[in-house]
Amino acid sequence: MQSTTNIKHFHGGLHLDYHKEISKQSAITACLPQQRYVIPVQQHIGVAGEIIVEKGQRVLKGQMLASTKKLISAPVHSPVSGTIVEIGKHAVLHPSGMEADCIIIENDFQDEWVERNPVAENYHQMNSHDLRNIIRNAGIVGLGGAVFPAAIKQTEININTLIINGIECEPYITCDDRLMQERAKEVLSGADIIGHIIKARECIIAIEDNKPEAAAAIQVAIDEDNTDFFRLQIVPTVYPSGSEKQLIKIITDKEVPMNGLPADINTLCQNVGTAYAIHQAVFKDEPLISRIVTFTGGGIHQAQNLEVLIGTYIADCIEQCGGYTKDAYCMIMGGPMMGYSINTDQLPVVKASNCLLVSNSDEIHPVNTEAHMPCIRCGRCVEVCPSKLLPQQLYWHASTGNHERVAEYHLFDCIECGCCSYVCPSQIPLVQYYRNAKSEIWALEADRKKSDAARARHEAREHRLLLQKQEREERLRKKREMLNEKKGKSEENEIDAKKAAITEALARVKKKKETQAVTPKNTDNLTADQERQIKEADQRRKATENKNNE
Amino acid sequence: MLFRKASAPFINAQANVHSIMYQVLYALIPGTLAAIYFFGWGVLINLVIAASICLLSEALVLKLRARPVSTSLKDGSALITACLLALALPPLVPWWLTVIASIFAIVIAKQLYGGLGFNLFNPAMVGYIVVMISFPREMTFWTAPLGAVDSWLSFGDTFSIIFHGVLADQSSIDSVTMATPMDTLKTQIGLENDIESTRNHEVYGALFSNISGTGWQWINILFLLSGLWMIKQKVIDWRIPVSFLLSLLLISNFFAVSDYASYPSAVFHLFSGGTMLCAFFIATDPISACTTPKGRWIYGAGIGVLVYTIRNWGGYPDGIAFAVVLMNMAVPLLDYYTQPRIYGKNEVE
Repeated sequence: MQSTTNIKHFHGGLHLDYHKEISKQSAITACLPQQRYVIPVQQHIGVAGEIIVEKGQRVLKGQMLASTKKLISAPVHSPVSGTIVEIGKHAVLHPSGMEADCIIIENDFQDEWVERNPVAENYHQMNSHDLRNIIRNAGIVGLGGAVFPAAIKQTEININTLIINGIECEPYITCDDRLMQERAKEVLSGADIIGHIIKARECIIAIEDNKPEAAAAIQVAIDEDNTDFFRLQIVPTVYPSGSEKQLIKIITDKEVPMNGLPADINTLCQNVGTAYAIHQAVFKDEPLISRIVTFTGGGIHQAQNLEVLIGTYIADCIEQCGGYTKDAYCMIMGGPMMGYSINTDQLPVVKASNCLLVSNSDEIHPVNTEAHMPCIRCGRCVEVCPSKLLPQQLYWHASTGNHERVAEYHLFDCIECGCCSYVCPSQIPLVQYYRNAKSEIWALEADRKKSDAARARHEAREHRLLLQKQEREERLRKKREMLNEKKGKSEENEIDAKKAAITEALARVKKKKETQAVTPKNTDNLTADQERQIKEADQRRKATENKNNE
Repeated sequence: MLFRKASAPFINAQANVHSIMYQVLYALIPGTLAAIYFFGWGVLINLVIAASICLLSEALVLKLRARPVSTSLKDGSALITACLLALALPPLVPWWLTVIASIFAIVIAKQLYGGLGFNLFNPAMVGYIVVMISFPREMTFWTAPLGAVDSWLSFGDTFSIIFHGVLADQSSIDSVTMATPMDTLKTQIGLENDIESTRNHEVYGALFSNISGTGWQWINILFLLSGLWMIKQKVIDWRIPVSFLLSLLLISNFFAVSDYASYPSAVFHLFSGGTMLCAFFIATDPISACTTPKGRWIYGAGIGVLVYTIRNWGGYPDGIAFAVVLMNMAVPLLDYYTQPRIYGKNEVE
């Protein structure tokens, strides 16, 4: 086996108690067929598909139940042949225990498949686009836990290195381990298909050194393949080396840029389970209707790796594992570091379900979220943080709701691996504080966007009203102007007429006055006395005239 | 079947603050025993006074603040403060001085800031500084260590000095007090005597030993060993002691080499006074120290430079308390500007 000496390390990380031996020896066993399957429409990151079947309709195994036209989305398929008995809300696997749209199928136990036309070895001649379509239509999503639609990541632009992630760094989980041990050839075949799509130059299969059997099986398959395309890389067992960014750092010594993608540094990372599913889709034309799930922990009688059809109730699987032990205490979906607890087993297995850990009370020690000691700034969290954050500072600002500072300390680069909470001597539920802060900021962001939109709408309305008002005023003004013009003209005429009349009248008066000007009559042969009297009368008249004129 | 709900991660290292604090307390034991061995009953009496007053005032304030008293008292942090104070104070200080220092450390410097985890300054050092500034005369009440004298001061005399200010036979305490080696050197160098002649002086010579001061060197060696054990146990971070000791070593060596007659050697500085206690027990108090790796280097180095500066050119015999508190002030700034480069930052886009 290869040594691990030539590889790089990421910052921090933990050495944990892995407890993988509980389920490690259990070979993959098919889960028994059940009466009823519940298929959530949304099992991936992105937009939910569109339901294309109806209640009462008979469906075949592998038939598409919900299709999708959106880019970041994935279809779901029927795991069995049978009848759709209901389409509606049903409780699904979610930390909040929420309900979501599900298609419920009654199994007819005929196991009748839809028509399948596998392309098989012909994929070598196919182009990337067509192959991506096959993967997309098979509903394949990242099975490492992120459930991001797989085909979207598989771009052929500038990707040199394909990393197949067989790390499985969470304690207890062994589903990928068993898959690699038992179906190494198929995993490599799937990796080869991805490599063909993205035109990769090399493919590195990364496995932690606590899984020597899986590594040996993969090595045998690589030797048989004999193409130089594949290379096995054993990496030291450190949590969380299975995290995409950390694994890329280990393998390539490069870091995925902040806010960037692995493609930015010419790599693509896919889980072994995803590679296997792609092999099934291409070689058997089987959509993703089953996955391997580890059922483990001291809370069930017999730990097992079951190949479970999507939609099977957890309770049915547990029954096949011999049921619960008396001290079953906490049921965790996923691993103990990043999983979430659920309080009922009446939930269907989905594409993301890699492990169901039913623990007894000795196995887990969740921190007390109500009361913890204050942070003493010891810095142990800084030592273990694989993102090189300052968890204690993040906590300080997150607990006081200082969103600005929290963002400055790169809250959104936290991968929520839980290393900081694990080592905290004050037992502070740090990850929970970060999740809360993130969702608070998201909510605020959404609120801000909403209020921005509302403000924009309000401002648009105001603007529209203003425009209308201005238009109306403009119209009125024009009207008024028009009226005024008309009115103004007639007034002018009137004034002119008046003026003319006045001058006319004045002229008439003048004329009259002129004609009426006093001409003395019979003034011949007047006596002096008479003349004096006339003179006096003239003077008086003049005086009165003057007086009047004044 | 219904199950308990909880939040990830569901497992943890089960470390706790109490065990950290108690490991610090255990680590303090050898050096404290050595201090008692060399300086006698006074250290023990100081320890009893400081511990009882610290615990009492902590309990009182916690009750006033309506906080759980017993869990907080049990965390051991008040005992550490008491222990550091008792070791820093001269063994013959009056009882009320220890009381004032303890109350100030716990009530003002710790609880008024919000208690454990919220204090900006090292409580013990704040308490020490308050009495150092207020009662400088009493703060010189050191005795000669065993080795320089043949036997301890009797319990009766020590008790009488601490509680009545005079020896049991009512005579002045001046006959039993003696300056520390570091203070002696400082005074003698100030009087134009060189180090060599002071070390061979008929009276003061007994205060010096082959490494540093009589008694002091063993106390320092024991604190160093306990400190290394704490680093191994991951109770304290190694960066602060390393950077502090390294900076003190480099700067003292620089001056000692340039003028060996007036500047004590680096070895003398490293094993004198409170150097090792500071390196592993005071400067490493995580609450008041820097929390970023780079910040811790700067913080430790800063204390080293300040300690040396105050020891050589300052007005006080030892500069630990002032150096630590001054660097405490710089912590928020250092933490802010020494954030590590996070994963993926400044990678080629």
